Amino acid sequence: MGDSGSIWLPDAMSTFAGEVDALFWFVFWTSTVLFVAVIGVKIYFMIRYRRTDDTYVPEPVHESKRLEAAWIVLPTILTLIVFTWGFQVFLRISSAPPDSYDITVRAQQWSWEFEYAEGVTSFSELYVPVGRPIKLMMSSEDVLHSFFIPAFRVKMDIIPNRYTSVWFEVTEPGEYQIYCTEYCGTEHSGMLAQVIAVSEVDFAAWLVSQNQDLPPVELGERLFEQCAICHSTNGERLVGPSLDARFGTMRALADGSTVLFDEDYIRESIVNPAAKVAEGFQPIMPAGYSSMSAKELDGLVAYLKSLE
Amino acid sequence: MEMTEADTGSVNYLNHDRSIKSWLLTLDHKRIGIMYLIAVSLAFLAGGILAMLVRVELMAPGETIMSADAYNQTFTLHAVLMIFAFIIPAVPAVMGNFVLPLQLGAKDVAFPKLNLASFYIYLIGVAVAMSALIVGRVDGGWTFYTPYSTSIGNGILFVSAGVFIMGFSSILTGLNFIVTVHKMRAPGLTWNRLPLFVWSIYSTAIVQVLATPVIGITVLLLFLEKTLQIGIFDPALGGDPVLFQHFFWFYSHPAVYIMILPAFGIISDLMGTFSRHQVSGYKFVALSSVAIAFLGFLVWGHHMFVSGQSAVSSIVFSLITYLIGIPTGVKVINWVSTMYKGSVQFKTPMLYAIAFLFTFSIGGFTGILLGVLAIDIHLHDTYFVVAHFHYVMMGGNVIAALGGLHYWWPKMTGKMYNEVLGKIAAGLVFVGFNITFFPQFIMGAKGMPRRYYDYLPEFQGYHLLSTYGSWILGAGLFLIAFYLLASLFKGKKAGLNPWGSLTLEWTHTTTPPHPHNFIETPIVTRGAYDFHLAKHLFEKEGSEMSEVVTSPK
Repeated sequence: MGDSGSIWLPDAMSTFAGEVDALFWFVFWTSTVLFVAVIGVKIYFMIRYRRTDDTYVPEPVHESKRLEAAWIVLPTILTLIVFTWGFQVFLRISSAPPDSYDITVRAQQWSWEFEYAEGVTSFSELYVPVGRPIKLMMSSEDVLHSFFIPAFRVKMDIIPNRYTSVWFEVTEPGEYQIYCTEYCGTEHSGMLAQVIAVSEVDFAAWLVSQNQDLPPVELGERLFEQCAICHSTNGERLVGPSLDARFGTMRALADGSTVLFDEDYIRESIVNPAAKVAEGFQPIMPAGYSSMSAKELDGLVAYLKSLE
Repeated sequence: MEMTEADTGSVNYLNHDRSIKSWLLTLDHKRIGIMYLIAVSLAFLAGGILAMLVRVELMAPGETIMSADAYNQTFTLHAVLMIFAFIIPAVPAVMGNFVLPLQLGAKDVAFPKLNLASFYIYLIGVAVAMSALIVGRVDGGWTFYTPYSTSIGNGILFVSAGVFIMGFSSILTGLNFIVTVHKMRAPGLTWNRLPLFVWSIYSTAIVQVLATPVIGITVLLLFLEKTLQIGIFDPALGGDPVLFQHFFWFYSHPAVYIMILPAFGIISDLMGTFSRHQVSGYKFVALSSVAIAFLGFLVWGHHMFVSGQSAVSSIVFSLITYLIGIPTGVKVINWVSTMYKGSVQFKTPMLYAIAFLFTFSIGGFTGILLGVLAIDIHLHDTYFVVAHFHYVMMGGNVIAALGGLHYWWPKMTGKMYNEVLGKIAAGLVFVGFNITFFPQFIMGAKGMPRRYYDYLPEFQGYHLLSTYGSWILGAGLFLIAFYLLASLFKGKKAGLNPWGSLTLEWTHTTTPPHPHNFIETPIVTRGAYDFHLAKHLFEKEGSEMSEVVTSPK
């Protein structure tokens, strides 16, 4: 199962992932050997000392002090080795190199926003250059989230009232899965994103292409990526209503009234989502989108208008 | 003084008064134990059905049988029921209540009225917690991390009030047991002669009394924040969500030992009895339980390696975590070596003890993996953790509790269950359990996060296997319920000491026990596992191995 990596771990695609894996395999195999030994001895004793005579009462065994000491000392040494090793790798994972490229990550129910130093913003896709340490400064706009990339062996909680950070350096171009791993509500399991790791040259080119002033429809289409977790544009019912070919039609609301799906309704539904809730849906859309700029709102309106 | 068969069928705690009132208002620790048994079994049944629903939903990505919201509430309710209404009270309140005073040679616990009060406080707590279902939604798992938990309405207030109330039941039970162990041991029953089950319940009681108030305080603070809008945990009000996690784990990590220490006691009793041998390293096993109870207060931060606590805290917590792991590992070795040069008999309770050594060891070793700082970053909040704690909680506590239930069932009911069905069910539980939870280690290590309604298609194979396993496990558990209930009506009458045990509940009272436990206060002359000092009991094959005195002098 799974298309890559070992049976246990996904492919190691960051510079320190290999070190984490080496430690994992050391503990895994030491544990396996000890486990097999304990279970082997257990089965041997079960067979060797099974009861054959109901009246037989065995004499107590003299307990060997040396053997008992060995049982305590050996595991202590082993665990101290593992602790020290784990502690060193942990320090390496925890401290980003000073020359890292910084990206701001904003998490909210249930989408990811990545903002680059050049003023470029992307949603659901984190573009990074290969071979350069990347540091993510992360914050949450609502509840706890957690940022997890299995292929890089990094994870860190994202907290509303302070910054947390992770760093990594990707070793090969490719696409890698990002998960939210701290429960954050209905669509927690839909709060996914991709790392798109590309060469330095391609990354620079991507930044330039993103920096142009986009026409409103294209800007709206890009912004809509963060809406797409809950709203489809093909009629499929997700957590929120589908938004295809709605513009200019009358829509039924949860309170029994109807509303015209026009520019104002779209705007209101983004900045104050609980005001008019579509029929058959719960008022669970987060209020965090109210901070969008006028230009962004215009873009989203233009994009939804363009859907047919 | 041997007793005759005719004497054993006379007055016992079940038949001396059969009225409903005599049960509901009983001060008899044995009857209170039975009432707890019924209550926690119902909680286990409800929690188990919810678990089966969770597994069915996860058979395929996307919606299978329920919506995301329904799923999120189902797994949360499963966790709350299993943790607070089942596993915390299960062994201490059921077997602790029934067995502890008998093993001590006491007539009852120190405070029988308090004991009955604990039971009703527990029931009220469960009722209040469950009423959350009526007032609103409760989702996000049993940890209730803020600010999510306080952002979804008032359901959290009811659950936390329920947990607060159940906490008092736990504190009072613990207090009762501590005093009972200190003050009510029979003459001659020195600390070194105590059954290890008593030691473990005693250690558990210490944790219950010291740790439970912390969850009470946490819940109170949550209440104050919600009702008076004082910022404690909610960043919007100026609070700190990580503070909640510290409070929560300061209770909930010790609570893990409330769940596992009693299991250690049962396994010690089973290994000793069915090996007819002294438990290897008796003093170490006894005192390390107490040591673990105290060390358990110093490791809460290992749940928070990626929560944003300082690196120094993480390092210290990781180190102490290993310190607590070592005595636990040594205990496993002690249980295995108890069989060395013993006389090992494979009755159903012993099968559970043997299964425990397998499943609990896997739980322990994977705990070492999780304790390694660098590895935990990858494994935290994935299915690896889900598998680990099910191996410890179910593979540890529940398997041991099933062993204990089968071991003391004849004493509780006076009836023997069907041994063949017992062995088949033990096999189903063992196989089903491993098929259910082992694949979860692999998918977790590959990156499958926990508390996910939907998942990527690459994980489906593991999820399917896990669901099939849960059906085998469920079949085993239902089979147990079936033959145990059937034994009440059709079971063979249990003898005084069917397992050849040496503890007082088997050697010095009737089956089922007399309402006042012992006609005469027993005088103890040997340790709980000194089988070599009690050879006279085993001389006649098939005899009733008992020293009961029944006729009042």
